Amino acid sequence: MESVERTNASAQEVMLSPVILVPAVLNGLMAGAVYALVALGLTLIYGVLHIINFAHGALLTAAMFAAFFAYTLLGLDPYLAALMIAPLFFLVGYGLQRFVIGPTAHGEDRNYLLVTLGLAVIIENLLLYVFRADTRTINLPYAFDVIEIGAAFLAVPRVIAFVTVMVVAFALWIFMQWTDTGKAIRAVAKEKLGAELSGIDVAHIHAVTFGLGTACVAIAACLLIPTYYVNPTAGDAFVLIAFTIVVLGGMGSILGALVGGLFVGVVESFSSMFLGQSLGQIGIFVMFIVILLVRPSGLFGQQA
Amino acid sequence: MFRQPLSVTRRKFMQTTALGATAAAGVLSAPAVLRAQGGGVKIGVLHPVSGALSYSGQQGRLGATMAIDEINGAGGIKALGGAKIDPMLGDAQSTPDGGNAEVEKMNEASVCAVVGGYASAICLSATQTAARYDLPYIVDVGVVDSIVTRGLKNTFRFGPGFGVIAKTALDNLVSINDQAGKPAKTVMIVHEDSAFGAGLAKLLNAQLPDRGFQVLETIPHPTPTREFENVVLKIKVQNPNLVIPANYYNEYVLLARTMQQQRVRPKGIYSVLGGAASSYKFVKEFPEAAQYIMDCNHWFDPKNPKALALKKKVEEKGQFYTYEVYMNYSCILLLADAIERAASTDRAKITAALASSTFSGHVMPYGPTKFVDGQNQGAAPVNTQVQGNDIQVILPTAFASAKPIFPMPPA
Repeated sequence: MESVERTNASAQEVMLSPVILVPAVLNGLMAGAVYALVALGLTLIYGVLHIINFAHGALLTAAMFAAFFAYTLLGLDPYLAALMIAPLFFLVGYGLQRFVIGPTAHGEDRNYLLVTLGLAVIIENLLLYVFRADTRTINLPYAFDVIEIGAAFLAVPRVIAFVTVMVVAFALWIFMQWTDTGKAIRAVAKEKLGAELSGIDVAHIHAVTFGLGTACVAIAACLLIPTYYVNPTAGDAFVLIAFTIVVLGGMGSILGALVGGLFVGVVESFSSMFLGQSLGQIGIFVMFIVILLVRPSGLFGQQA
Repeated sequence: MFRQPLSVTRRKFMQTTALGATAAAGVLSAPAVLRAQGGGVKIGVLHPVSGALSYSGQQGRLGATMAIDEINGAGGIKALGGAKIDPMLGDAQSTPDGGNAEVEKMNEASVCAVVGGYASAICLSATQTAARYDLPYIVDVGVVDSIVTRGLKNTFRFGPGFGVIAKTALDNLVSINDQAGKPAKTVMIVHEDSAFGAGLAKLLNAQLPDRGFQVLETIPHPTPTREFENVVLKIKVQNPNLVIPANYYNEYVLLARTMQQQRVRPKGIYSVLGGAASSYKFVKEFPEAAQYIMDCNHWFDPKNPKALALKKKVEEKGQFYTYEVYMNYSCILLLADAIERAASTDRAKITAALASSTFSGHVMPYGPTKFVDGQNQGAAPVNTQVQGNDIQVILPTAFASAKPIFPMPPA
């Protein structure tokens, strides 16, 4: 593999000019918003069920296939399809937790880990069996339209993704803060036994949370498909990043996932700019190790 | 982050074996007996028809099966009493491991030769596996030179390799630039990071400075990549006169479209084996992004009526006439000619017949075939340019249908 070569010194100065830095930051924020949404689902499930959902990536892939076929077979724009796919995946998530993960795990952390890992293997291989290893993409007529912000030309699908993620995150925050279900979710997260004693159906709340987390990845999938590709392992790349974000932002923190996601997007943008496209994600994982060493509870997490 | 599954699924296995009429039986029973009964001439046809390279693989398979249908329709292999060619279609799944597994299966099924591979990385390993069984192997595209320099007696490459392609590309670039009054001095190279792109970038980096060009930066990227914004930003800021992409179809299209989107317009886009630059599919789907792109690539002989008849036939099927199609078509004809002259399905005899081939009934501008150490000596690329809604040959002048437009007119 060729390393990045710069034969003249001026190239490096040029790389630090605002003409390149501003668009790089903006591109990073756009990409980071989608990472944040994937991480949001993960952190929500962790915060309430105290399990790490290894099936998150496989569910993301499944939702990307759903969005792909909604477009190619039904002609549904992915952003409209999100309105159908998100509730559908909420039900899938609810069902998985209520009838598969909950009953088989018997409340043991180790079992949760194995069950969700098993689910990931099953889902990925089912997708592989049905759709084969092909990498598929869709071509939206407006995928290459741009919005001009100063010197930067931002791709329309990325701007839509950014705005949607902000809206979803805000809606989720309102839901958690002000609705009865939201309050019940927070109660279960804080004190499971106490919540159960005061009449909250814990199994139901767990399943609702899992459903919400899954709906988050479904929306993320619809936002990704216009600018990304799908194959049976496409989701994996995002989940590794999402784990990093959850640790960076603090396990279980919604604000942490949002800020962490945006931050990681910018880090990736810069490292792919300076280390080369093939090595873009190195920056993320170096940061992951540094956080674990320096501040294991994350930016917004409670001290363990 | 991208992983390809390594295993061949049972379903896929059954599908590919079932496609060859006697192939499934061949796996299960004694193949020698089948041959004695006068069955078809079994050959392996290997392409990456799934995975990241699936489009190219499917195009390659199309060219190969069209040639086989024609040969069978015209009475099969006459020296073997009109025996029909019986293809065993394999899917390399866009990975070298996948290619190996298919060659193993083809050997088990007693094919007498293999054609295909497409990607350099797949060809490198598939030819080596075939060599263990003295199985003659015709490489359809794979351009890395080490495919034919390892001393493998079974391996034949019909098309040109890197060395020849890079030299032709640079000679032609210099002549196009000189004719225009030398407007281009600086270059950026964007390449995919497997054997094909990285190898080519290395060659270009070594040779461009001697030809009076300064390489500002060389940017590698993985296949698949779905985001070229940062790459294009770098191009924008360093503002090279020329951009040289060397990558596969999807990434090439994405890079060209992102450059268009970000309004980056160098004096020229000059690709060497650009995955999409001389593809009718790209020109039809994204004519604006493709406009004026020059490419040094495999191309059919535009003066050969057989090549034009094939083009018509492919287009009637609703498919694009891409280089994978006519190269595989030619490779199958080349193999059929060798089997005809060998008058046998014996692997050693076919290898010998290929080594002494002077076959000229193909559709490429190569002249009669002549293998030296497995490399066809006449094989050479041509230069094309997208002009309007068509692809024109601009060099060599013997085949040219238009003059180069360089530098690109402003948008």
